[in-house]
Amino acid sequence: MKIKINGREQEVSVTDLSIAGLLKIAKVESAEMVSVQLNGCFVDKADTDKTFVKDSDEVDFLYFMGGGV
Amino acid sequence: MNLSEEQIERYSRHIILSEVGVEGQERILAGKALIIGLGGLGSPAALYLAAAGVRTIGLVDGDNVELSNLQRQVIHFSPDVGKPKVISAQEKIKAINPDVKVSTYQERVYADNIRDIIKEYDFIIDGTDNFAAKFLINDACVLAAKPFSHGGILRFDGQAMTYKPGEACYRCVFTAPPPKGAVPTCSQAGILGAVAGMLGTIQAAECLRFLIGKGDLLVNRMLIFDALRMKFREVAFKRNPSCPICGKNPSIKELRDEEEPACDLKKKA
Ligand SMILES: [Zn+2]
Repeated sequence: MKIKINGREQEVSVTDLSIAGLLKIAKVESAEMVSVQLNGCFVDKADTDKTFVKDSDEVDFLYFMGGGV
Repeated sequence: MNLSEEQIERYSRHIILSEVGVEGQERILAGKALIIGLGGLGSPAALYLAAAGVRTIGLVDGDNVELSNLQRQVIHFSPDVGKPKVISAQEKIKAINPDVKVSTYQERVYADNIRDIIKEYDFIIDGTDNFAAKFLINDACVLAAKPFSHGGILRFDGQAMTYKPGEACYRCVFTAPPPKGAVPTCSQAGILGAVAGMLGTIQAAECLRFLIGKGDLLVNRMLIFDALRMKFREVAFKRNPSCPICGKNPSIKELRDEEEPACDLKKKA
């Protein structure tokens, strides 16, 4: 299936892919570091392994950035 | 308000912009902006707001200038090391533009002082370096219905969004602070000085455009850039119905201090 990750279309061969699984594939070190938006809606942190992506979904990762110092 | 001849000359490059004009410049000259944190983001923001003629600029920071700040905190100069940041910044602002009134708050923001500090300002710039302050600023601004600009930087990356009452807030995106240690801080991970300048300048531009009332602010969207590849992208979002402060059933009804600043390696002066 094709999904858009952070605005870039990508081919993913895994089926039954959860958001948690996608975070692993995308090499996000820790789910704690990002907020995930699926098709314009934020995914609750507790639901990342119960929420699945399907063909032509759009996923955005928003990373915590704290610095200002 | 009638602009003096000197003001017309000083602000001529603003006034010549059709989106600004005399009216927009007068709005800037009547505006009150608060900058919380005079570090990598707050420094350039303060310089541009001062140069633009914002009437009152509030400065909040409890720290003194350190040598390692000077690589990016462009409002502080070498002879300022050891000086309170609010004083160092106030001196530069006065030198750039004597029209500007500066109010200094030599302290950190906490749940028990932030409400009084933000009260009299039109727009708030979050230039803080830790999640406790970032979430507190969001909560205080949502509860007091004050617009603010969020800015975050790390290594070569930056992000900015603007909150306007009734629109998506920082907690709509990031529900709660990350667990301690999950996200590296600038003192641990480093930051390219110019990246801080880019983002602080974006925040100043948000504030000025808010005062002028022109253009599209970074509302309901996050601007994200990677200055190593020099690529910008944008993520649009809506208010999050399960947001703990502005959602349907908010769990946060009063201000509280979140635990532990992220940049905890830095010792307090
Ligand atoms: Zn919210």
